[in-house]
Amino acid sequence: MGSDENILEMRGITKVFPGVVANDNVDLDVRYGEVHTLLGENGAGKSTLVKILFGLYKADEGSILLRGQPIAVGSPSEAIASRIGMIHQHFMLVPTLTVAENVALGMTSSRRPFTDLDAVSRRVSEISEEHGLAVDPSVEVRRLAVGERQRVEIIKALYRDAELLVLDEPTAVLTPGEVDDLFVILRRMADAGRGLIFISHKLREVMSLSDRITVLRNGRVVGGTTPAQTSREELAQMMVGRTVRLTPEKPVLDDGPALLSVENLTVHGDRETVAVDDISFDVRSGEIFGIAGVSGNGQRELAEAIAGLRGVEPGSSIRLDGVDATGDDTRARRDRGLGFIPEERMRDGAIAEFTVSENLVLVDYGSDEFTSRGMLAFGAIGQHSRRLVDEFAVKTPGIDTPTSSLSGGNIQKVILARELSASPTVLLACQPTRGVDIGAAEYIHTRLIEQRSIGTATILISEDLDEVLGLADRIAVMYEGEIVAIVPAEEATRDKVGLLMAGVVDPAPQTNS
Amino acid sequence: MGDFFTLSVLVATAASAIRLATPYLLASLGETIGQRSGVLNLGVDGVMLLSAFFSYWTVLETGNLWLAVLVGLVTGLAVGVLYGVITVRLSATQGISGIGIFIFGLGLSDLLFRRQVGTPKPVRRLPNVDIPVLSDIPYLGEALFQRNLLTYLAFLLVPATALLLSRTTFGLNIRSVGENPQAADSLGVSVERTRFIAILMGNSMAGLAGAALVLQLGIFQPNLTQGLGFIAVALVYFGAWRPVGVMGGALLYGLVNATVLQWKALGIIPVSGSDLANMAPAVLTILALIVLARRVHAPAALTRPFTRH
Ligand SMILES: Nc1ncnc2c1ncn2[C@@H]1O[C@H](COP(=O)(O)OP(=O)(O)OP(=O)(O)O)[C@@H](O)[C@H]1O
Ligand SMILES: [Mg+2]
Repeated sequence: MGSDENILEMRGITKVFPGVVANDNVDLDVRYGEVHTLLGENGAGKSTLVKILFGLYKADEGSILLRGQPIAVGSPSEAIASRIGMIHQHFMLVPTLTVAENVALGMTSSRRPFTDLDAVSRRVSEISEEHGLAVDPSVEVRRLAVGERQRVEIIKALYRDAELLVLDEPTAVLTPGEVDDLFVILRRMADAGRGLIFISHKLREVMSLSDRITVLRNGRVVGGTTPAQTSREELAQMMVGRTVRLTPEKPVLDDGPALLSVENLTVHGDRETVAVDDISFDVRSGEIFGIAGVSGNGQRELAEAIAGLRGVEPGSSIRLDGVDATGDDTRARRDRGLGFIPEERMRDGAIAEFTVSENLVLVDYGSDEFTSRGMLAFGAIGQHSRRLVDEFAVKTPGIDTPTSSLSGGNIQKVILARELSASPTVLLACQPTRGVDIGAAEYIHTRLIEQRSIGTATILISEDLDEVLGLADRIAVMYEGEIVAIVPAEEATRDKVGLLMAGVVDPAPQTNS
Repeated sequence: MGDFFTLSVLVATAASAIRLATPYLLASLGETIGQRSGVLNLGVDGVMLLSAFFSYWTVLETGNLWLAVLVGLVTGLAVGVLYGVITVRLSATQGISGIGIFIFGLGLSDLLFRRQVGTPKPVRRLPNVDIPVLSDIPYLGEALFQRNLLTYLAFLLVPATALLLSRTTFGLNIRSVGENPQAADSLGVSVERTRFIAILMGNSMAGLAGAALVLQLGIFQPNLTQGLGFIAVALVYFGAWRPVGVMGGALLYGLVNATVLQWKALGIIPVSGSDLANMAPAVLTILALIVLARRVHAPAALTRPFTRH
């Protein structure tokens, strides 16, 4: 796999942002025909490096050789012209445009000044067929599932005939099945001679897809290896700089009282269809109740209903600590002891423009501790924030830094710190480690288990099967708005839960406690 | 009431509705282009006042109507350059900048009128041009095909704008920078350039709207528009950012205005109630907006300046 010839050489790349050295003298080379993985914790500088390659950022120092020739990439259009393609960490699609329009955007049309969407659609279909990327060119992107959107991104790059393709965490939002499909496609692209740069936090994926791996820590290259020469544990250690426990350990606890009871809950989705269909379950003190499922099977609506962000249908009941909370607003539920780590952290969990400190007191700013005589007590708020930043190891230049400039994992830690410091009795954690690096994920898992030990009832909604299997005491699998099974941890295996997620209900009798 | 429902009165009302709709239509179509690119321009009324004044002044001095129309367009274009620099280059807040443009236009047109003209003098109006054959159709021909050239232009611009937005490469660029400028940027579409050109197009059309207003009336006075430009902005929402929808709104507005005028003339509305009746179009717009507001999708990046880090 891979020839000996380099398609790309990046030499001595340095990039400084106010207060952080994002890339510090980084070297990277990519061969024709290989998948080269960039691995590193949140904030290690992976995205920065590839954005420099794509002309979105300008390096302070260093040089880039493409196919042996030095190039200066000043803008994305120059990168595209040099046949560099990029799948960004966040989708770069226009939801209201069709697939073909998204693909045609920025390209010269053969029928100027008019668009040549028919020709584009035909070419898209060809590419789809050739690479196994099924998607309908005439459909609006907002109607597509996440996995399909990812395919559109890849088609966009292939349409521009990218020879060097950068994929910045393309799997963060995909389901296990979609990841497998994607990897087949990526492997085929590499075998056809393209160079691929792949970024992911998921070591299982990195081990299965990569030809070579370069590890970054704090903006520096700390090592290079290949899957054959290394193991997941060793990679984790290289990234973080210490040993990491990949599977959490949790103490055995006695059953406590039910702190959250959901009965006959029915919730409508955004398009007035039934998203959660008459489901019931209890979560006890000292229990982590996992909810597994492929995204879009009602998990988001369920979480929003429990948090009080979405209305429920008549006959539904949600009880917190034995008291009916069905009609309560979010504030009242929080006062009853509900903590909430939302899935969309930038939309529902934090205010991007606010400082770290402001986000840390976003729930409690009105309490006597932080407000006196109607004025915010900045002294107390500052102290509290500094303590939490220390305790939760949030990597930030200071507590007055705007939250938007932190890396994804660190924003997640800010939310976690806020929610856990309020000592919740019921904690609703949605995709708590999505897009978060190994070190931070280990940390978040440890904190969730600590909460369990002090008696919190936790609902863990996650698409990461390893996470649910490792943490949960019982696992409910959601499929098309229903809980198709609740499996105790002892009986849960990857295969069994995976099948249930795909809607295949085990013919053997289920334990429904 | 019976007087109103005679064929000749109805035809006259329809004809005047179309005439009255013309400035609204021109201005709203322009505003639609701007908003689809993500730029809100609340200064339309100011642009129209300035272009109306300069058009009027041109006719007054030269007697040349077509030069006056051109002057109106160029005035809009010039204010567009100013607005583009402020909002796109300097990334200023669009809402406030637009109000600034309005006040600037209101003040400057007033000042210039007082200094250069003083008392309102009537000028030549845009002549009606009969379209061969079509204008001979009974009733319909009189209402639709015996209008002035700017009216024809305004209605021709409806399909033209629709085509521009939906079928051209530049229209695709406009829609993408109005929805997700980051995505457009990542594909090498210049957000700045696209928005700037969209602003220039929109303001030129607002300039034409000012010219149409004053040249249909044949007279200028301070604050001639009386908020017409703001209604034009509202009509963009009313029309759900689609040229045909916007045309529907402009026609409805023209029709209500024309009916109120006609009813006053026929004495159906008493003189004492005439001020109240003047509010009818505005009330109608608000009601329509409330009913429609829930169903439409605004350009996602509307009013949001774009910066790359
Ligand atoms: N536009 C920016 N302005 C200021 N600082 C930035 C900017 N972009 C990145 N940084 C900082 O540079 C460092 C590297 O960020 P980068 O996004 O490259 O990390 P990453 O390795 O991609 O992390 P993640 O896994 O969370 O995506 C971080 O400390 C981040 O806060
Ligand atoms: Mg990144």
